[in-house]
Amino acid sequence: MNRAEIFEKVRDVLVDALAVDESDVKPDSRLTADLGAESIDFLDLVFRLEQTFGFKIAQGELFPENVKQDPEFVKDGKVTPKGIAALRARLPHADFSKFEADPQIAKVAEVFTVDALVTFVERKLAAK
Amino acid sequence: MRWMWIDRVVELVPRQRLVAVKHVSLAEEHLHDHFPAADGRPALPVMPASLIIEGCAQTAGILVGHAEDFREKVILAKIGRFEINRDAMPGHTLRYTATIRQLEKVGASTIGTIELLEHSAAGTIATTIGSIELMFSHLDNNMSGQQFPEHNFVFGESFRTLLASSGISGNW
Repeated sequence: MNRAEIFEKVRDVLVDALAVDESDVKPDSRLTADLGAESIDFLDLVFRLEQTFGFKIAQGELFPENVKQDPEFVKDGKVTPKGIAALRARLPHADFSKFEADPQIAKVAEVFTVDALVTFVERKLAAK
Repeated sequence: MRWMWIDRVVELVPRQRLVAVKHVSLAEEHLHDHFPAADGRPALPVMPASLIIEGCAQTAGILVGHAEDFREKVILAKIGRFEINRDAMPGHTLRYTATIRQLEKVGASTIGTIELLEHSAAGTIATTIGSIELMFSHLDNNMSGQQFPEHNFVFGESFRTLLASSGISGNW
């Protein structure tokens, strides 16, 4: 499956899970800020991606977990350089370069774009 | 028993499928408000769709809870899709079938069908009138380390009574 085909399937998943129009789903759309995803939608997306692509996604593999609870990773509402390094290592499909300039924990979900999901699926399929 | 929107579990295949029925009765007070006579129009007692969703959620929730012997606090997290194309009236029976699509440590996704059973002297006719997609969260495993009471406040006495009266027993 090539990247364009993966994008189409990911787009269909987002249309079903978030009740958005197909035309709203663009590669750079952010799941939360642009497509209105809320926290519980992330679990829904994990379920739907597993169903669509036939692989298992471990807890914390696609979206981060327990970052907020670790004092080494978050200080004064911002993710520390150590925290960003840990996120990068855990979530290689997401692009943290913009986030790094203003690493407010409240904005961490914005790194999850449609492109990040497509990259995640591409890597998972390649590793199969 | 005030917030039970199913009357009986009629089939349980653990971790796969649960079927429950709900009898719609004119003795239910909410039917008199949904909808009362007004402006020369006669009363129209119809089972509210929101309560049909609740019944489907209880059906699927019991199935998901039973899968882990009711140790998990199973919370309805999302109604993915709900469609219904007929009204249920007093004297009808609704039959809800919930099927598990995915069951994980953090939660479960389920699909369901809603059938309308119309009773007459000639017998009973069952028609599928709707479908639903529901997602459940296992609260203790899915809230970024937040703590909740030990006691399982989701599956209380009403659920236990319903299961017992449906002939379903277990170590919970």
